[in-house]
Amino acid sequence: MHARVYVTLKPSVFDPQGRVVADALVSLGYQDVQDVRQGKFFEVELESSDPVAAKARVTEMADKLLANPVIESYRVEVL
Amino acid sequence: MKFAVVVFPGSNSDRDAAHAVSVIGEQAERVWHKDTDLDGADAVILPGGFAHGDYLRTGAIARFSPIMTAVSRFASQGGPVLGICNGFQVLLEAGLLPGAMVRNRSVKFVSRHITVRVERTDTPFTAACYEGQLLRLPVAHGEGNYFADPETLEDIEKRRQVIFRYTDDRGNVTTNANPNGSIDSIAGICNRDRNVVGLMPHPERACEDCLGSADGRIVLRSVVKAFADRLIAR
Repeated sequence: MHARVYVTLKPSVFDPQGRVVADALVSLGYQDVQDVRQGKFFEVELESSDPVAAKARVTEMADKLLANPVIESYRVEVL
Repeated sequence: MKFAVVVFPGSNSDRDAAHAVSVIGEQAERVWHKDTDLDGADAVILPGGFAHGDYLRTGAIARFSPIMTAVSRFASQGGPVLGICNGFQVLLEAGLLPGAMVRNRSVKFVSRHITVRVERTDTPFTAACYEGQLLRLPVAHGEGNYFADPETLEDIEKRRQVIFRYTDDRGNVTTNANPNGSIDSIAGICNRDRNVVGLMPHPERACEDCLGSADGRIVLRSVVKAFADRLIAR
């Protein structure tokens, strides 16, 4: 079973890397870029044939390790 | 007094920390992260460096090292624990200190001497200081921007858990004096029980005059004083 976890900084956390990327895009001519937020993407392959169980398991992994709940939120997708 | 200096794969300031301990005349033992025992240590230091290459997030993997169970237990029993730089990050990820660390606001790795003001002296690592004392210490970090959400921050400030704050050389909190954009210019904090302290600057790299400052010695001397005072009190 494939699971995808998207981890992003909470909106209240200033993202300096995102800001650098946005500035770079603007200087490349993409003047319509207003903001960029940079996040993380994990692809987790696990031994499971039950999507509900797999989602619960990966959610647990996100809570425990993949995301820091103080500064990050996440979304889990199971394929 | 015996200090345990925890060594994670990627720690690089463990020897400096052990050396600083010997400079003040005490004993230090380096303890590998896979050990499960602190060997009767009286104080624990989590040193600076790049544990696990800072992969995923700084300190995110180190917090699960076997030694951290012993460190948590030691802390819950009131034992003094000092997290320096990466060590502070590990303590945050482990939940032994509140808040989190993010990338420096400037996105740049900052490596220079800064000034911190001692806000509280009622922790084992500031017991020999006076309130308002200024210490010249070096920082070297890319992720020293301390963050806490508004409720946590209010709680930390109210409970006097901010132990060190970045200031200019006159003790004033200014934007320029803050090397990384940390909220409220926080350089170091303690837990609610006041026995666990984390700070981004490196006191162990300011333990001898030849290093440019010996102001860091007082952080370690404080814990010796606190330890002795407790023994006398008993």
